[in-house]
Amino acid sequence: MEYLLEVKNLTKRFGGLVAVNKVSMEIKEGEVVGLLGDNGAGKSTLIKMISGVHRPDEGQIFFKGKEVKIDSTRKALSIGIETLYQDLSLAENLNVYSNIFLGREKLKKILKFINVLDHDYMHKESKKVLDRLEIEIPSLRNRIRVLSGGQRQAVAISRSIYWDAKLLIMDEPTAALGVAEQKKVLELVLKLKSQGIGIIIISHQLYDVFSVADRLVIMRRGEKVGERNIKETNPDEVVSLIVGAEKVKQ
Amino acid sequence: MNTNKNLALNVTQNPSKLFSLLAKNWALFFLLILILIFSFTGKRFFQLANFQNIIHLSTTSLLLAAAETFVIITGGIDLSVGFMMGLSSVLSATIMQKMHAVNFLPALSISIGSIIALIVCIIAGLISGIMITKYRVPSFIATLGMGGIASGIALIMSEGFPVTFLPPYLTDIGNGYLIYIFPGKAISFFNKPEGITGKELKELIRIIPNSFIFIVIVLFILWHILKNTKFGQHTYAIGGSMVAAVRAGINTNRHLIIIYVLSSFLAGLAGVFNVFQTGIGNYTQFSSMYELLAIASVVIGGASLFGGKGRIIGSVIGVILISVIENGLQLSGVDPFYRFIAVGLILIAAIIIDQSFPDLF
Ligand SMILES: Nc1ncnc2c1ncn2[C@@H]1O[C@H](COP(=O)(O)OP(=O)(O)OP(=O)(O)O)[C@@H](O)[C@H]1O
Ligand SMILES: [Mg+2]
Repeated sequence: MEYLLEVKNLTKRFGGLVAVNKVSMEIKEGEVVGLLGDNGAGKSTLIKMISGVHRPDEGQIFFKGKEVKIDSTRKALSIGIETLYQDLSLAENLNVYSNIFLGREKLKKILKFINVLDHDYMHKESKKVLDRLEIEIPSLRNRIRVLSGGQRQAVAISRSIYWDAKLLIMDEPTAALGVAEQKKVLELVLKLKSQGIGIIIISHQLYDVFSVADRLVIMRRGEKVGERNIKETNPDEVVSLIVGAEKVKQ
Repeated sequence: MNTNKNLALNVTQNPSKLFSLLAKNWALFFLLILILIFSFTGKRFFQLANFQNIIHLSTTSLLLAAAETFVIITGGIDLSVGFMMGLSSVLSATIMQKMHAVNFLPALSISIGSIIALIVCIIAGLISGIMITKYRVPSFIATLGMGGIASGIALIMSEGFPVTFLPPYLTDIGNGYLIYIFPGKAISFFNKPEGITGKELKELIRIIPNSFIFIVIVLFILWHILKNTKFGQHTYAIGGSMVAAVRAGINTNRHLIIIYVLSSFLAGLAGVFNVFQTGIGNYTQFSSMYELLAIASVVIGGASLFGGKGRIIGSVIGVILISVIENGLQLSGVDPFYRFIAVGLILIAAIIIDQSFPDLF
């Protein structure tokens, strides 16, 4: 059985602090894994090693069975690992389709030799992917700055999908959203899962995680403290893992 | 689909389209009003010769402002452009002078002097860019240091005097015109019609300065880069959100280094042009504040010092606005020192307008 992604003993230190300590986990195609843990548990740091933002101090990453060195965000993107960060990372001064194509702009030639941005193409393609995900945004020429939190999230998701994500990592995708928009994002997660995309979702909202995840990985103080199939656990057990069982007993 | 455009306007905080059009292009409107006023108050202000003169004298400022536009859009600032221009002017002139003294062909001395000065400026920009990206030195510190070094070298080389005894033809090119018309008698291109002297020179009509053609070509290329290319798009993205740019896979360090190289190169180009225009090599005096005027022009042209915003056309309007004020006040008989006050006031207005309408541009 080949995993889409497998990480072994990933470790990241910031000075004296061990933010992530020998964490191993894996994920299959079309699987949704919830990554849980308290504030500062090391979730974001773990996924940033997978998406090329941080370089691991120790450990290995395997993608589709092959070991990969992910030393830049470009590298991660090029093999199909797309990430939605906690702080979204859209350029607010650019419009919707420019953000979807950011860093991978489509060019066309004018006068046979001058490369210029192909705005029409990028606009059209962006519209298509938004339509496919049933996302409504009044105009793709609007700057991100004027969009709502949910619309921004939707743009960020569309960008990952457009670029053919094999693995989608979502760091608190519903944190800043209204109830209706949260629901929409969760529906999107399920839709993507059904298309065979592997998804790692970080969230503090247990309800969200339980409604979409197949499996849970729980971290505490940089270490992995548990792994459960969603069908074989319940929110109470998960909470006790997150905060530390000793505390619950007391 | 029609509603989309309206929505785009509605979501900005401004109810009236006319108002937002005015606010967005206030510098242009203000420029037109000034031209109107100076046409009445200034002697010989509203004349082709004077307008050509304004553009001709703005050439170096336009290059510096264009350089600063790129840097400011990325959220940085380049305080070295004025001194880099001085270094380039002195260095190119010194090389031309030395080569000319030992009888090299003028064309060769001029080309080699210009090219070496530009290469030195490119290297200076490369060093600034590396300091800013690899060593995380804030751009204003790195470029302040680089400006100081450039200024020092220029002063040592020139010993504080203009560099003279340069090859011939420099000012013929730098101050020449595309078309000369001697009414009723002759028309010629690039050179004055033969045999015209003394009083007749006053009647000669000169159209389209060479400097105008030069600056239009340079600005057009820069406009194109910023507006239509991937490089331009990434420049805006870096200024809008450095983090977003990095995560989108843009090599932001490399990009920023190129930006500072470009900025230094354009400043160098301004220095070389300055030699063509004056026929001598001029170091930059500490009181001349070229970089501050360039930054002011860019901000007046709608850029934000926080980055992510700015246009070449805007900066051009900013430069012309300042030049027209200078020229117009002078022709209206006002003490030239008032221009500092005028520029200061407009700069403050620009910043207030930028802060009040963040979504306009
Ligand atoms: N760039 C950094 N430099 C230094 N320390 C860092 C850095 N990034 C994270 N840390 C530290 O590493 C630890 C883990 O942080 P991380 O952001 O991974 O937590 P998290 O589980 O994502 O928390 P949250 O739920 O609040 O987002 C924290 O103690 C944090 O302060
Ligand atoms: Mg986090």
